[in-house]
Amino acid sequence: MAVMYEKTASKMRGKFENLPEGHLLVNLGPSHPATHGILQNIIQLDGERIVDAETIIGYVHRCFEKLGERYDYNQFLVCTDRMNYVSTPLNNIGWILAVEHLMGIEVPARVTYVRMIISELSRIMDHIICQGILGVDLGAFSGMLHMFHHRENIYTIIEKLTGARLTTTFCRVGGMERDIYPEFQKEVKEFIKGFKPALEEFVTLLVRNKIFNERTTGIGGISAEDALAYGFTGPNLRAAGVPHDVRKDTPYMFYDKVDFDVPIGEDGSVLHRTLVRIEEMRQSVRIIEQLIDGIPEGPYHANLPHAFLPDKHRVYNNMEELIYHFKIIMHGVKVPPGEYYFATEAANGELGFFIVSEGEKSPWRVHVRRPCFWYYQSFPELIKGGLIADSIATMSSLNVIAGELDC
Amino acid sequence: MKEKVAEFLDKNFSHFIYSKQEVKSNIPSFFIKPEGIVPVVKALKEEPSLKFDFLNDLTCVDWLGKREPRFEMNYLLKSPSNGHARIMLKVPLDDGESVPSIIGVYKGANWPEREVFDLFGIYFEGHPRMERLIMPDNFQGHPLRKDYPLEGFGQDYLIYDLLQIHQEDKEA
Repeated sequence: MAVMYEKTASKMRGKFENLPEGHLLVNLGPSHPATHGILQNIIQLDGERIVDAETIIGYVHRCFEKLGERYDYNQFLVCTDRMNYVSTPLNNIGWILAVEHLMGIEVPARVTYVRMIISELSRIMDHIICQGILGVDLGAFSGMLHMFHHRENIYTIIEKLTGARLTTTFCRVGGMERDIYPEFQKEVKEFIKGFKPALEEFVTLLVRNKIFNERTTGIGGISAEDALAYGFTGPNLRAAGVPHDVRKDTPYMFYDKVDFDVPIGEDGSVLHRTLVRIEEMRQSVRIIEQLIDGIPEGPYHANLPHAFLPDKHRVYNNMEELIYHFKIIMHGVKVPPGEYYFATEAANGELGFFIVSEGEKSPWRVHVRRPCFWYYQSFPELIKGGLIADSIATMSSLNVIAGELDC
Repeated sequence: MKEKVAEFLDKNFSHFIYSKQEVKSNIPSFFIKPEGIVPVVKALKEEPSLKFDFLNDLTCVDWLGKREPRFEMNYLLKSPSNGHARIMLKVPLDDGESVPSIIGVYKGANWPEREVFDLFGIYFEGHPRMERLIMPDNFQGHPLRKDYPLEGFGQDYLIYDLLQIHQEDKEA
């Protein structure tokens, strides 16, 4: 990493060589408290005004797309954990749905219900982080602390369900790794009971705050045309007034059967992004409330002996299961040849997986359409002409996650 | 949607499309010649009945040893006004061949094209800044090519470069 930094810095020195009198180059990152991840920005300043900016990425590049060509379909799930690490289950579900659609697998309704509930809980988790950190960057620390208690509750639920907090590896091709635990519904309901009033308190604490309002109104805005041209998706696009949401546009799972609204903003500014995300949290709660009592009884995976690992005690006591266990571990899940693009609505926007399969153990090519990657390229344009303090707010509210950006 | 786009392309750009190859895919795919990608994309974006005005994804596939020519650029377009229908434009390319940049039609193609240049070594003509995006500038090779060694070329040259930079800094 040191090598790359040196090299990049030397390149930047050449680019901004002829600085006008009084202009200053400031280097933000790659490791800076306000960048939330390893991102680098080099900013040319005239006083406190930003004249030009340069964005350098790639510090957490692990080339998952190359790893995907070696791993089998269940193994690549581990890579998706490390993309958007703030809302991991959403990545897992996106990948698993892509593979299942490619294979033409139908999963039991129980699985889809749980996946949807976990999706929405993850979306809330992601938005809590984004809004909480935005407040911290603007000097409002209490909002984040207030909400982190509830984020912790979600993490507890996810930990009980998957065994891990951050790298969840939720779901398997054909279902879930294990069934939900007996108190799952009760705990989700308890979480919602506590979260609903807390969210309203958070709104009072943050959005109705005069300083917060003045720091965010009209800052870092983008027009709807520009946002679409840059490939914005998700809350950042909706804040600019375009009501696109993959859950509504091309419904997957049971999103066409639940009631929810797609909130939109007007000018795409930091304030509108905040308001859109807060409303999305309310809508997520609404979706969970519709689902939580209706989780049907039944198996937690589809009946797919050739794709889904059998129970351990049956592997030890049963010849047939032992063979399937061996086949799945050694040869992986068999996927028919073909190409598949599948998009889900992750917390930051459209998360798409493009799989090219040749019918072998590993895909021939995996490509991930990361929402961050598309909208972060507009960052220099968003902050040009503004104050340096506003650029921090803009970056926080865009919610750029380095792991997803570099992939 | 597939028939509509096929008809539109046949009518206006028959000299730019390859009329063969059926791809097994969930998204209708069309094979375009490299020189035709910019006019085709522009027309698909501006045609009022199609309006593919959202560049959904841009990537490349290396078919080394499987297909000729070796590379295949993939442009995934979305039409929000037509029920969010998607189509895939594919541009087959040989090693060393370049393809015109579509940055004039979609601003958002900037980073994805640089990423493809970085990881596959495909040059985009007319791109304002065809430099590496993700890997360091002194990196050798293009990692997502199928013939890139899995263990890489080692790090000796990177360390050598670092020492070189320090030496230059000292002298300056």
